Amino acid sequence: MTTFSHLLRRFYEETPDRVAVYLQHAGQEDLPVTYRDLLKGAAGYARTYARAGVQPGDVVLLILQHGIDLIYSYFGAVLHGAIPAIMPYLTEKLLPERYRSDLASLLGITRPAAIITYPDFEQEVRAALKEGDSVRAVIVSSEADQPADPDFESLPGMQRRAEDIVLLQHSSGTTGLQKGVALSHQAVINQLESYRLALHLTDEDVVVSWLPLYHDMGLIACYLLPILLGVPLVLLSPFDWVRAPYRLMQAVSRYGGTLSWLPNFAYNFCAQKVRDRDLDGIDLSSWRAISNCSEPMRWESHQAFYERFKDYGLRYEALTTCYAMAENVFAVTQGGIDAPVVVDEIDREGLQIERVARPGIPDRDVIKMLSAGRPISSVRVRVLNEKSQDVPDRVIGELALQSDCMLTGYYNRPDATKKAFLDGWYLTGDFGYMADGEVYVTGRKKDLIIVGGKNVYPQDIEQLAMDVPGIHPGRVVCFGVYNEAAGTEDVVVVGEVETRDLQERYKIADQVRQVVTRGSAIALRHVYLVDPPWLIKTSSGKTARLANRDKYLAEMKEQR
Amino acid sequence: MNDISTTLNEYIANEILKQPGRVINPDEPLISGGIIDSFHLVDLALFVEDTFGVHIDDSELNADTFDTLNQLVALIQARKP
Repeated sequence: MTTFSHLLRRFYEETPDRVAVYLQHAGQEDLPVTYRDLLKGAAGYARTYARAGVQPGDVVLLILQHGIDLIYSYFGAVLHGAIPAIMPYLTEKLLPERYRSDLASLLGITRPAAIITYPDFEQEVRAALKEGDSVRAVIVSSEADQPADPDFESLPGMQRRAEDIVLLQHSSGTTGLQKGVALSHQAVINQLESYRLALHLTDEDVVVSWLPLYHDMGLIACYLLPILLGVPLVLLSPFDWVRAPYRLMQAVSRYGGTLSWLPNFAYNFCAQKVRDRDLDGIDLSSWRAISNCSEPMRWESHQAFYERFKDYGLRYEALTTCYAMAENVFAVTQGGIDAPVVVDEIDREGLQIERVARPGIPDRDVIKMLSAGRPISSVRVRVLNEKSQDVPDRVIGELALQSDCMLTGYYNRPDATKKAFLDGWYLTGDFGYMADGEVYVTGRKKDLIIVGGKNVYPQDIEQLAMDVPGIHPGRVVCFGVYNEAAGTEDVVVVGEVETRDLQERYKIADQVRQVVTRGSAIALRHVYLVDPPWLIKTSSGKTARLANRDKYLAEMKEQR
Repeated sequence: MNDISTTLNEYIANEILKQPGRVINPDEPLISGGIIDSFHLVDLALFVEDTFGVHIDDSELNADTFDTLNQLVALIQARKP
């Protein structure tokens, strides 16, 4: 039987000098962290948790940014047998009050025993605490115990069972923070084993990532997978990357990076925003798999990325695909490793109206669908119609899956867990089809906007916009519109207002932008204010959003 | 409004906010106020470099270096070759 602590112990004893993580910070020397460093740092935190009265099986909430404290405190929790969960740090855009209320609602459901943060953020965290809540200790990073040799005989993490929960994974936003995906040691280890096979992972591999660790793609593929399987990881800060995307290429070139995972928008972002001068001497020929994952994958984005970087050694075969979700730990499918990614050219109208993926016909509009690949060995995928019956190849339905790496449940949310399954099959909420054993994802059943790989719940945004004076109460709708140039969705808000005065409307629109940004850290692309009655109302929020989105798009087309 | 300010205002209104004609208050917080999100900071830096020949390092792309239009204009004027 194996748990995280057993895997870590083996590296500590057998290859202590091997570098687990090269930690990068803009303007600083890279920090190599060996397995010895990692385990000693983690042991210091394990001792800190014990001192603070955290019990094995308790949840500890980490509110830390990219850096060594986050790594040590994470694995410290594992060694102590506690359950780590990472909460995104407050950004300058978000209102502190909003952050506090999101934190308070997470605390109410997840009930962590301790919170770990920086000294200068302690006050902010304490402000969210209430009399009688679960938090017994707020630990500041500067007061954690010094790194120390781990005593595996006494560490409670060594006593955990494979079926015990090892970590929680939250999605972002007010709604997402209330649903923590609880994963067991066994589930994660099963996923890593089958994903390792799918990727043909070897000793030569090096993972390079800028992804935040509070996201499943960052946490599993670009943190736990390399560290627990002994693949060196070069970890950049998401904050640095978004301001200087060339840092990803420089890191790959410098360390001979072979594997990366990126949300679709990042292909466009890198292609458009990296200058030649920052690519001087860059060699990307070591990159063997850059997996597009976590938002709808676009053929056009792969082309743009390839065209931009092919002169720097990028190989077209390195552009791979993956379909993943936290509820399955991570990967459901992987494409592009054993054979190039299949591009399925299908009839646009067939997809949108008849809901079938018919091969394209000359002179009719086609969509180039990128295959997400085949299910990895531990996962089975079905496509179901509305009556929960299997549909034939090339018919669109809801993707459902079964695997040996499913979530234990949504933490403290048995209601939500029960709703997610049908006869032992997890309903993904994603629409797609299968063809020749390959999985294609075409859209979402869940009412969700994905912006730059981040989940945005439209109801959260609508709730915020409704509070702006001048907006008709309840007469607001939020939806996503695909932006070809950005390779991701833009968030649009439509609101009904009484005033026809243009300056007044500008003011209201600004207010909506500000309230939404400060309340959700999401920047709106367009605030469209209209005369009542404009909004189409239906019984379901989702159909209303779709109908209003169509109306909006039609009006935009007219105005152009 | 000087030329730098006008040029920046036009760029932000047209390219970032997609609201042509939108007048930006020179003292309005752009970064901390959410008008320019982090994904557009690098665009703005590239635009400033191409238009005014002023380099803003990526480590400076935060509200501490500049947040308002006025502060950005001052930064450009101070560094202009």
